Amino acid sequence: MQIASKELSAVEMVKTALEKAKAAQEKYSVFISLNKEAALKRAAEIDGKIKNGENPGRLAGVPYALKDNFLSKDGNTTAASKILEPMKSPITATSVKKLEDEGAIMIGRTNLDAFAHGSSTENSYFGPTKNSKDAARVAGGSSGGSAVAVALDIVQFATGTDTGGSIRQPASFNGVYGFKPTYGTISRYGVVAMASSTDCVGFFANSAEDIDLLMSITAGQDPYDMTTLPDYYGADFTRGDALRGPAGPEPQASGSDGRYNATAPWDAEGRRPTGPRKIGVIKDFDIKGDIKDALDKKIKDLKSKGYEIVELEMPTLKYALAVYYIVVPAEISSNLSRYDGIRYAYRNSSAKSLDEVYGKSRSDGFMPENKRRIMIGNFVLSSGFYDAYYLKAQKARTLIIKEYEEAFKKCDFILSPVTPNPAFKLGEKTDDPVSMYLEDVMSVPINLAGLPSLAFPVGETKDGLSLGLQLIGPRRSDKALLDFAGKELK
Amino acid sequence: MKDYEITIGIECHVQLATRTKLFSEVDNDAREKEPNSCVSPVDYALPGMLPRLNKEAVKMAVIAGHALNSEINLISRFDRKHYYYPDLPKGYQISQLYQPIIGAGYVKLPDGTKVRIEHAHMEEDAGKLSHFAGYSLVDLNRAGTPLIEIVSMPDIHSAAHARDYCKELWRIMTYAGVCFGDLYNGNMRFDVNISLAKPGEPLGTRAEIKNLNSFRSVERAVEYEYKRQSKLLDKDEKVVQETRGWSDDTGETTSQRSKEEAQDYRYMPEPDIPPIHLTKEFVEEQKAKMPKLPEDYREQFKGQIADDTLEILLDYQPLMGKLDELARGDALRGPAGPEPQASGSDGRDSAAGPRASIVKRVANWFASVLLAEEKSAEYLNDLPSAKQLDDLAEMTEKSELSSTGAKEVFLKFFDPQMRNRDAREIAKELNVLQENDAGALEKIVDEVLSDPACAKAVEDYKAGSEKVLGFLVGQVMKASKGKANPAAVQPILKKKLSK
Repeated sequence: MQIASKELSAVEMVKTALEKAKAAQEKYSVFISLNKEAALKRAAEIDGKIKNGENPGRLAGVPYALKDNFLSKDGNTTAASKILEPMKSPITATSVKKLEDEGAIMIGRTNLDAFAHGSSTENSYFGPTKNSKDAARVAGGSSGGSAVAVALDIVQFATGTDTGGSIRQPASFNGVYGFKPTYGTISRYGVVAMASSTDCVGFFANSAEDIDLLMSITAGQDPYDMTTLPDYYGADFTRGDALRGPAGPEPQASGSDGRYNATAPWDAEGRRPTGPRKIGVIKDFDIKGDIKDALDKKIKDLKSKGYEIVELEMPTLKYALAVYYIVVPAEISSNLSRYDGIRYAYRNSSAKSLDEVYGKSRSDGFMPENKRRIMIGNFVLSSGFYDAYYLKAQKARTLIIKEYEEAFKKCDFILSPVTPNPAFKLGEKTDDPVSMYLEDVMSVPINLAGLPSLAFPVGETKDGLSLGLQLIGPRRSDKALLDFAGKELK
Repeated sequence: MKDYEITIGIECHVQLATRTKLFSEVDNDAREKEPNSCVSPVDYALPGMLPRLNKEAVKMAVIAGHALNSEINLISRFDRKHYYYPDLPKGYQISQLYQPIIGAGYVKLPDGTKVRIEHAHMEEDAGKLSHFAGYSLVDLNRAGTPLIEIVSMPDIHSAAHARDYCKELWRIMTYAGVCFGDLYNGNMRFDVNISLAKPGEPLGTRAEIKNLNSFRSVERAVEYEYKRQSKLLDKDEKVVQETRGWSDDTGETTSQRSKEEAQDYRYMPEPDIPPIHLTKEFVEEQKAKMPKLPEDYREQFKGQIADDTLEILLDYQPLMGKLDELARGDALRGPAGPEPQASGSDGRDSAAGPRASIVKRVANWFASVLLAEEKSAEYLNDLPSAKQLDDLAEMTEKSELSSTGAKEVFLKFFDPQMRNRDAREIAKELNVLQENDAGALEKIVDEVLSDPACAKAVEDYKAGSEKVLGFLVGQVMKASKGKANPAAVQPILKKKLSK
C-alpha cells in the first residue's frame, strides 16, 4: 500500500484519485457521488500530521472508495436506491471509522446493485457500472463500482459487502483481489443490511498483503454488532480452532490432519513444517472452458510447489443456491421493512393515507429486483409456508456447514472457481433472474457456511476478460489464508 | 340468560424498569420527557443499525421468572414479528416466539387459587401514536422499552379472579423490583381472552380484549363480555373470534379486528442477536437475591395480621417492608447491635412470636390511619423508621398512650416538622401521655367522687346500677384532661365505691 509521506503528499494522492475518478465516470459509471471537499480537507490534515512528525496512521492519505451501502457522515448513503437517495447519516460505520482512524481518505461512494441485490450492478437506480476490461460487459456485482475503482487504479483499495459473492464475483470479473472474511470478523454496524446472517464487510485491493493490512485494521469484536466474533485476526491459527465453534469441544491433538500453525514462519528453503499442505478441489462443480483451464493450471502449479491436491465430494453444495434464495430473501424482506417512508428517506408526496404512504413510497423507491426478493421473502415466511421453505432451508444450511467441516478435515484450503464464466454482456441476463441467480452457484455456499474466501486474479481469456479463482478456508483461517495466497498464489 | 362457564386467559405486558432500553443506550424512563427525545439511531431504525441486548433486562427477566415460580430456560432466542405501523420503526418487533426465556410457572391468588403461567417472553415495546383530525403524531420514546409478556393458561373463571390475577401480577412484578408498576403510564397492560361454554362442554370461541390498563377495567370488561357473549349464545348465535377494544367511558367492548383480518406476522429467527446462553449459576444467583414477594408475606404474617388488612397492605410494598423489619426486630438493635442471623429455627421465626402484637398494631395503623389519609401516597415515600414505630407500639402496649393518642403521634411521624423525632418526644409535645400512676389517679378519682354533680351517680351505683360506672370513668377522664388511662381508672373507681 502506497501511503502518504513527505515525498508524496496526501493532498496530491487524493487529487490524483479524484481526477482519475472523474475521468472514468462517463465510460464506467463507477461512483454514485464523489467526496471531493471533505477528502481534500482530510488530506491536508494528514499532511499536517506528517509535517509535524505525528503518526498519520497505517493508511495515511490512502484514497479509497466506499461502497455506497456504508453509513458515513460524508455524503448520502443511497444503497444505489431511490428510497435512500436522500439519506444523510448521523453516524459512521464501525469499519469506516477504523479505516479513517488510520488515515484512509474516502474519495467517493461506489455504485452497486440497489441494496446489494444483484450480480451485475445493473440493478442500480443510478444505472450500471461497466466492466473495466470491456465496457460492453457487466462489472459484476453487487460491489461492481468498488471492483472497477480498484481495477482502473483510481484507488488502491475499496470496501465491499459480500452476502452471496458480491465481492468475489466482481473482483474476478475485473482482475483484482477481493476478500470476504469469516462471518462476524468485521462489524456490520453502519452497513445497510441485506441478509443479516450472511452479510460480510470485505475489501478489494491489488494484493493479498494489502488486504491483510486492511483486515488487521478493521477486524475485531464490536459491542454494536452482537454477531461479531471475539478478536482473533492475527492470532495463531490452528485448524482445530476453526472447526470448533466458540463453545465447541476441544480441538483434536495433532495427527495426519490435525493441527497446523499457518502463521508459523516460512524458513529460507520455503519449507513449511507446520504450514498448509493439502489443497482441496471440489469434484461436483461442472466447469468448462477458460475457467476450467485456469483452475487446472493453478492446480498444476500448486502440485509443482509440493502441495497435495485432494479431490472433494461435496454433494450437498448443489442445494446451496436454493437454500440461499430462500434464507436470504426472507432476511431481505425483513431488513427492508424499515424503509416505509415514515421517518426518513423517500416518501411519495401524493400518498393520501397510511397505506398509500407505504405502498407508493416502497413501489417507487425500490428496484424491481428488490421487490422480487421482498415478495419471495414474504412468501417463504408466511404462515403455512414457513416450515416447508424457511425451516427446511435452515436445516439444509446446517448440512452445508457440516459438509465444509468434513472437507476441511481432509484439506487445508479449497480452491474453486468464483463463477462458471467470465463477465457477461450488459443486459444479457436482466430479463432472466434465474440465470442471473445461477451466477452465484459457486459463491453462495461459502456465505451460508460463513467461511472466508479470497478471489484472486489468474490471467485473462483470449478476449482480454479477467479470470479469477477463489481460495476458501475454514472459519477464522482468514489471516492464514491471506498469508498463503500472498506467497503461493501470485 | 342461561348459565355459562367463563374461561379466561390473560396476557400481560410488563415494562421492565431498566435504566436504558432493550437494544440501545438511551434512557428507558421517558415519563417526563419531550416526545422523541429518548430515541437512538437503533430505535429510529436507521439503516445499518443493529440491536445490542441489554444485560440488565435479561437479568430482570430471570428475576421475573423466579417471581412467577417458573423454569428459566438456559437457552433462549429472539424472533422477529413483522407488521407495518408507524409505531414500529423497523417494521418488525423483536420478540421471542420459539424459545422464550421464561418457561411454565404459576401465580397464587390471595384466596389460594393457582393460575398456571404458560410461558413469558422478552420483547421490545412499540412507540406511541396520537391521533388528531386528519393527522397522527408518532412518539418513539417508548419504542424499544424492554417488556416481558406473561401468558397465563386459561385457568381463570370469574371477573373477580381476573382482576385478582392482574393485581397479583402487578404486586409480584413491583415487589420483585422489575417494574415501576405505574399503570397510568402503561407500565403494565393486559390482554384478556374470554370464552363461554355450557358447563362440561368444550371451550367456546374466544374474544380478546386488548390493552386494558387497570384492574377495574379488566373486571368490568370481563363482566361486559360475559353478558355480551351469553346473549349471543342464548340466541344460538356464534361468538366471533376477534380482537375487541374496551372503553372505560361507555363500559363496553367494541370489535376491532376479526380473525380473517388478523395479520400474518411472518415470524423468523432474529439473525442479529445470537441465542442467549445463561449459566445455572447466574440463574441461581438471581434466585438467592430475590426480595420477599406477597406470597412470602402472607405466609409470614398469617395469623398475626387479619387477612383483609393484610390484603390491603400488600398493595404497598414499602409498608410490608416496614412490617418485616418490625417483625425481625434486628434493625431495632441499632447500628452497633449484633448481625441478624441468616435463617434457621432460631432466626426470624422466633422473633416473629413475641413481636406479633407490635406488628399487628402497626399493621392496623397503616391500614386504618395512614391509608385513610388524603396524602397517604406521599407519605409512603418517606416512612418512619422501624424504631419510631416500635417505640410507639410498645408505649401503646404499656398503656402509656391511649389508642387515640397513639394515632395522633403516629400521624406526626409524617409531619415534615416532626418526622425525625422519637415517639415519646412527640407524645410529650402533644401532651397525650396517659396517667397510669395509681396515686395520681386516686387523687383525681377522689375529686370526682366528692363532686356534688356526681353524687346521684354514686348513689345509683351503690344501689346496684353498674351502668353508671362508664359515666364516672368519663368524668375522671374529663378531670384528667383526657390523660388518665381509663383501664387503670376503672379498678380504682370500683375499689373506692365499694368502700
